[in-house]
Amino acid sequence: MTDSPIIKLTAAEIAAKIASGDLTAVEVTEAHLARIESVDEKVHAFLHIDRDGALAQARAVDEKRERGEKLGPLAGVPLALKDIFTTEGIPTTVGSKILEGWIPPYDATLTRRLKEADVVILGKTNMDEFAMGSSTENSAYGPTGNPWDLTRIPGGSGGGSSAALASYEAPLAIGTDTGGSIRQPAAVTGTVGVKPTYGAVSRYGMVAFSSSLDQGGPCARTVLDAALLHEVIAGHDPLDSTSIDAPVPPVVEAARNGSVAGMRVGVVKQFRGEGYQAGVVQRFDESVQLLKELGAEIVELDCPSFDLALSAYYLIAPSECSSNLARFDGLRYGLRVGDDGTRSAEDVTSLTREEGFGDEVKRRIMLGTYALSSGYYDAYYGSAQKVRTLITQDFQKAFEQVDVIVSPTTPTTAFPIGERADDPMAMYLADLCTIPTNLAGNAAMSLPCGLAPEDGLPVGLQIIAPAMKDERLYQVGAAVEAAFVARWGHPLLEEAPSL
Amino acid sequence: MPGITREEVAHLARLARLELKAEELDHFAGQLDDIIGAVARVAEVADRDVPPTSHPLPLTNVMRADEVRPSLTPEQALSCAPAQEQQRFKVPQILGED
Repeated sequence: MTDSPIIKLTAAEIAAKIASGDLTAVEVTEAHLARIESVDEKVHAFLHIDRDGALAQARAVDEKRERGEKLGPLAGVPLALKDIFTTEGIPTTVGSKILEGWIPPYDATLTRRLKEADVVILGKTNMDEFAMGSSTENSAYGPTGNPWDLTRIPGGSGGGSSAALASYEAPLAIGTDTGGSIRQPAAVTGTVGVKPTYGAVSRYGMVAFSSSLDQGGPCARTVLDAALLHEVIAGHDPLDSTSIDAPVPPVVEAARNGSVAGMRVGVVKQFRGEGYQAGVVQRFDESVQLLKELGAEIVELDCPSFDLALSAYYLIAPSECSSNLARFDGLRYGLRVGDDGTRSAEDVTSLTREEGFGDEVKRRIMLGTYALSSGYYDAYYGSAQKVRTLITQDFQKAFEQVDVIVSPTTPTTAFPIGERADDPMAMYLADLCTIPTNLAGNAAMSLPCGLAPEDGLPVGLQIIAPAMKDERLYQVGAAVEAAFVARWGHPLLEEAPSL
Repeated sequence: MPGITREEVAHLARLARLELKAEELDHFAGQLDDIIGAVARVAEVADRDVPPTSHPLPLTNVMRADEVRPSLTPEQALSCAPAQEQQRFKVPQILGED
């Protein structure tokens, strides 16, 4: 079967065509469901496809239009939702066996906002279990392939969401970013991913991994599409005590007015060195050159504490996860193992957790238990929190000198599935450039900046902005995107092999 | 910094309510030791006069008025329970028989 040309449209184009009556939401949804049917067996971006629900939502949009009601900016546009957000009546597993078959009785705030905006939710996407990982290999339901090369990882933990975009199964997706899980998959799949300012998007109904770091955000194929989705999902939520009670920055306006002329752009010394692939560094250097040509002033920055960010992260995130995941005790929901009438609740809990959690989750729970244990608390968790202060101060000093910071998003392109599976430290290095932003709570984006010459795989450019200045990401991102697309003659993703 | 032994992993697993298998104890002991060895550098800043940051936002308690509002029905709340009885979560025994 030949694919419908609809699947190559951007979200903005789809919304415009539905609003004008050139396409119906049902046609658009059917085109994407057909694409999923033809390629997802190979890609495995989805864990659950909600065919009936998606078509019902699409029909509702078409009826709304027929009645002459005003449609929102993304009405009728299909979306792939990371399986970390609760969806009423639709399975939510967080990529874990411990929640296999769990059907939440309520919607996450983000899910609710998508529905209210008439976005069509196609299904739930694959992810590293509890969002712990950098490769989507830690999913209890098997790995996702990178559409550029199915033997390689699509990044993690939101590999399913980015792979769905790169394989044209959906024009929009949602990810969550605790240490880079939106930006890192975006980089290695040649798509766009944004981690908004911490607190900008509600965490209510998003299964918690590391509460002080987790942030939901938009994934898309263009900067404008990401901005349109950002505006739908962001904004204050009284159900989340960490939600920021302030207006959403004008991200769509910024994405429509891309420009870097007169901007000061920082390049941090610590974001290069050992472990960076030559082709990644080459494409990054060209991006900096491009920014100069577009009228930006480049400023060299020294952020010495960034060298300790990975270490601090791998103490703070596991500590918070060991506490957050205590709720998976086999008593109220999810899996229960060993309840034969003779065992105590404590034993059943231990057997359930042993059976239900995968290796990476166990590893982090134990790391966190260790870092928080009496005698080690000050040396590990306490010290990590001091490093967090230093990193925040480094960012503050940097943003006194520059408007945004740029870096490679990941030190390497997508690596082969299995290559780092038994080497946690090697795996953790994938998030080297993204982690400082999560620790400080500011905003960042990854967008494609070319293919690495040595392997022909996508390289991501990261843009970092101060907290609550998310619009700068879109302003700079849109300018860079437009310049690159003009140079290449087409969007980067068009160079991906057809599936 | 202390190395992480197999016995220590067994102790951590008990604290974390994980019934690890024997081969997992060996596997994780080596890996946790490597990871802790790599991240212990954070202690280099510990003696400096740096205040800790636990959260990127200043957190305050958010309270709402204590009013009766619709919530999940008992059926909805129990819909995901591994076992239920008489509109309650049925759990394994918490206390011993004697």
